[in-house]
Amino acid sequence: MKPKPYMNPYLAGVLLGLVLLLTIYITGRGLGASGAVKSVVLEMVSNLAPEHTANTAYLKNYAENNPGGPLKDWLFFEVVGVLIGAFLSGVISNRMGLKLERGPKITNRTRIIAAIAGGFLFGLGSQLGRGCTSGSALSGMAVMSFGGIITMLAIFGSGYFFAYFFRKLWL
Amino acid sequence: MGPLVPYIISNEFNLVIALLVGIGFGFVLEQAGFSSTKKLAGLFYGYDFTVLKVFFTAGVTAMIGVLLFGHWGILDLSLIYINPTFLWSALVGGAIMGLGFIIGGFCPGTSICAAAIGKLDAMAFVFGSALGVFAFAESYPLWEDIYLAENWGPVLISEQLNLSKITFAVLLTAVAIAAFYFTHLIENKVTKRQTEVTKNKRNNYAIAGALAFVLIAIVAFSPSKEEMIESRVSSPKRHQEYPFKEVTSDQLAFEIARNFHQINVIDVRSPEEYESYHLPLAINIPLEEIDDRKWEKIFKQKIKANYFYADHDSVAKKAYLLSNYAGKSANYLLKDSSFDFRKLYSNIEAPVPNASKEVMNSYNYRQKLAIDMEKLVEAMSNLNKPVPIKTVAAKGGC
Repeated sequence: MKPKPYMNPYLAGVLLGLVLLLTIYITGRGLGASGAVKSVVLEMVSNLAPEHTANTAYLKNYAENNPGGPLKDWLFFEVVGVLIGAFLSGVISNRMGLKLERGPKITNRTRIIAAIAGGFLFGLGSQLGRGCTSGSALSGMAVMSFGGIITMLAIFGSGYFFAYFFRKLWL
Repeated sequence: MGPLVPYIISNEFNLVIALLVGIGFGFVLEQAGFSSTKKLAGLFYGYDFTVLKVFFTAGVTAMIGVLLFGHWGILDLSLIYINPTFLWSALVGGAIMGLGFIIGGFCPGTSICAAAIGKLDAMAFVFGSALGVFAFAESYPLWEDIYLAENWGPVLISEQLNLSKITFAVLLTAVAIAAFYFTHLIENKVTKRQTEVTKNKRNNYAIAGALAFVLIAIVAFSPSKEEMIESRVSSPKRHQEYPFKEVTSDQLAFEIARNFHQINVIDVRSPEEYESYHLPLAINIPLEEIDDRKWEKIFKQKIKANYFYADHDSVAKKAYLLSNYAGKSANYLLKDSSFDFRKLYSNIEAPVPNASKEVMNSYNYRQKLAIDMEKLVEAMSNLNKPVPIKTVAAKGGC
């Protein structure tokens, strides 16, 4: 079956904005994503290596401030929802399927390695920057947060700066 | 009034809300095409500006929505979470993330969307991001100085640019619309395609854009809910004409002595005036604090009647009217000032020896009530105070 076309981006933007507005109205906070990865990873670390956790200040601090782990973490539940929502959308639009996308000049292997490397950088950067595009940039814009908007400009500015050097991956 | 968490919706149910909004979030992101890494990368190479269109529109929509809700008193803007500014971690972290974006072709939210529909590169990205989070935790001492530096707190961009929120909103909307137009041109040039924007579509876009500015104008020029209520409760005409339910000092004293469990006696003067003298069993809610969330329960409940008093007629009447806006409790107004009540029920002057029977009866009656009220005050000294709810700001973070 042929995949359905994507939604009009402006309509999608308005809908996304309304979801975000509803979230802020109900919960007083915006959306996010990287924090969920953080809560799962750090919970695993503290369970698999409790002694190490007790000896590392950052891990110990996190474990003390978040005793419930991912199951008490707002972002964790939100991200589970994202998985479900995206899955539903993929199903009704016939976009499901195990595959990957890459630029025409590289192999699948290169793409996977790049994805892991890029993910690593984003994981690291999002912890340092206290948020990713969803949490800082999008939600930050909605509440006019200076920090959020600065982070957004830094992310996209940096992306544009490095774009030329990595064009072989995409073009 | 929002945020509904944690007073109207508990912190536990908030997790269910998280799941539900997440579903909406993921659905829209995938519908928009954010599950395709080529579409995401297109932003940086000029062949597909979907990311910019969706992002900017979403940000502006939510921003205008927040302003509108604040203006109409639907959302308490002082309680929402504002991302704090840590200048260096924002800049350096952002730069690293940008590099990750261009190499990996995703960001955390989009990678989860794409992984949900089966994209293997997205799953690899998520795996990589888990490693990155772990690496940060392990190497934290390296980053600590940058991470904690320049903590400016929850600063707003409008403050930093020395603009009002409205001005910033107008500017951002204008920039967004300009960006949409120019990226459309760039996209066509880079892909060497002429995407036709039908007249119908163009009209719809124009209407949407105009609507954005109209909504901002409403916030800028129409009176806010707070202003409207203030003008109504302060208007002298209303103070004269409104059918206040009034009671005399004798009536109120009777209520306090006999029906104390069915009433709230509310002193709306300042805390200092309250301290120096207040009616028996009265609680102090200064006029400015009536709309504060911590007193919400008193005005929303319908079990006890609220009796307002002050030293000046206008203050007590204003409190009464404000209470009407705050909830559906039964309200009454003491006609006399607190001084008058005090004269009748505190240190009552004994009547002259050959006073009339009427005067003697009044004196005995008031004396009895005064004694009963005093006994009640002693008995209730700890039980009577309502527990003020602490107003808690929303916690957020990534």
